[in-house]
Amino acid sequence: MIIYLARRLWQSVFLIFGAITIVFLVLRVIPGDPATLILGSQATPAELAALREEMGLTDPLFEQYVRHLAEVARLDFGESWRLGGDAFASVVDRLPATLTLAGYALALTLLIGFPLGLHAARHTGRAVDRVVSYLSLTGQALPSFWVGIMLVLIFARMLGVLPGTADGTPVSLILPAFTLALPFLGWLARLVRNGTLEELGKDYVRTARAKGLSERIVFNVHVLRNTLTPVVTVLGLVLGNFIADAVIIEQVFAWPGIGSLLIDSIVNRDYAVAEAAIVLIAVFYIGLNLLVDVAYFYLDPRITLETV
Amino acid sequence: MRSTAATIAGSVLALFVLVAVFGPLLVPYDNVTTRMADRLLPPGSTLSEGGFALLGTDQHGRDVLAQVVAGSRVSLLVAVTVVVVGGFVGLVLGLLAGYYGGWTDTVISRLGDMQLAFPSILLAILLAGVLGPSLTNVIIALAVTRWVIFARVVRGSALTTRNREFVDSARVMGASDVRIMARYILPSCVQPLLVAATVQVGLTMVAEAALSFLGLGVPIDQASWGSTIANGRDYLDSAWWIAAVPGLALTLVVICVGVLGDAARDDSDPAKSSGLGRKPLRRRKAGTPAAGSTAAETTGDSTQAVAR
Repeated sequence: MIIYLARRLWQSVFLIFGAITIVFLVLRVIPGDPATLILGSQATPAELAALREEMGLTDPLFEQYVRHLAEVARLDFGESWRLGGDAFASVVDRLPATLTLAGYALALTLLIGFPLGLHAARHTGRAVDRVVSYLSLTGQALPSFWVGIMLVLIFARMLGVLPGTADGTPVSLILPAFTLALPFLGWLARLVRNGTLEELGKDYVRTARAKGLSERIVFNVHVLRNTLTPVVTVLGLVLGNFIADAVIIEQVFAWPGIGSLLIDSIVNRDYAVAEAAIVLIAVFYIGLNLLVDVAYFYLDPRITLETV
Repeated sequence: MRSTAATIAGSVLALFVLVAVFGPLLVPYDNVTTRMADRLLPPGSTLSEGGFALLGTDQHGRDVLAQVVAGSRVSLLVAVTVVVVGGFVGLVLGLLAGYYGGWTDTVISRLGDMQLAFPSILLAILLAGVLGPSLTNVIIALAVTRWVIFARVVRGSALTTRNREFVDSARVMGASDVRIMARYILPSCVQPLLVAATVQVGLTMVAEAALSFLGLGVPIDQASWGSTIANGRDYLDSAWWIAAVPGLALTLVVICVGVLGDAARDDSDPAKSSGLGRKPLRRRKAGTPAAGSTAAETTGDSTQAVAR
């Protein structure tokens, strides 16, 4: 157990290191000269050379990389030229907004997806079941930014029942949260449906029925408990995807989270902030994956080291 | 039922390809001329010069139909090029990793792990943003994020094939590594690769539209479904059709690609087609999709089986 945890932890550290390396390569190798970027095209060659020297850009790439790793380890991504101040701090400022949105989306996914899946399992082959099946098939392929805009068009502009921009009130978060949740609703419902059907075919269900328990008790007490384990564990993965997808959805609803900050920074070539945002999202994503694996292990005693 | 759906999906896609290839000849898109008299006309309006705007006009009096047709060409071009380039790179690296194993496999697989450690759309956004808006750069950004998926599929097939008897026989006969890979290993990788490619075409289209929506995709003077949607977002109150039509086209095409991909997967799944499985299919444990398997990476059993 300890060995497994240690191995997973080491893997995660390696992946985070990999993510930082990829971002470093993309940002330091492709864009050309950061000095020109900062000083603008009017700068004299002498000024540019001085700034390059000061920023350490004349050092070999590998030296820059090692120095950069040390900086990132201290959470020092540099200054934002656009916002002023520490890049990492400005990203952390936006973190609560993104987490709030992702939390709402997670709640919606659970509240709709779980009952939908149970219902589909009890009525296999019926309309509900087919809706779940199609939703899980197409949900993840939908262009979610467009779905978001259409939801605004229908519910905010035409019907006028929900606000079209997210201003922070719980009601205003319904549309963006639903847009985020939609691709995973069908997925979760499908998972619950298949899990439930699998459990229903097991011996303990037959035993429970044979001893005369009502169908409701068999379902709600015996089957439901066993269906919960996989659901609890996927929530971490879904949350990770929400944080990633929020990058685009926040832009649609003008929600001031990490995502809209990231896009603004990239468009304005404020790469210190962009890097801090991407690394933070990657760390979240990798960390949630780690948590899921560990949780899976703890929640289901049938899983042993051999099966992992 | 499935074959009917696949037939309809195939027809829609054939129509889409025809429109993308020949459409711009019939309905030329002019992004320069501004006709103030024809601004924001609803679908079915007659233009001031006697023309007919089937899908309405935008804020500059430009025909929405012509924009959607021009956008279909960009969408198809990007999706096909990305899948061909990414697929080829993935095929070569996957073959090498699966056939040679050892450190070759370790390097290629770890590289893939690193890249999938954070959401692929983030990497695409970063790359596209740094490279600047152009058709080529969008293709580069998306191809870089896709090769891993193909490499994993091919590696998995190569791994299972390389120990089969006919490969041993070829080796005994003195065939070179290149010959074994090309003649004996490659054929077993083609079908899973094609299934993955079908799914990726749809996902790449959505990704291209998302990049263009964020202003990081194709340049302003080229019509993309994503940028038309972004443009229409500002006119939801007065001209909903600008945002609705290209998104509807995108959604329809992507769903059809998904239906076809699903049919292709069922065809290539021996357990479903003949009832005699060649090899036990490794189903993923319910609730533990592979690390990094976002919507974009879920390409079916073949990918999942090799993801770990």
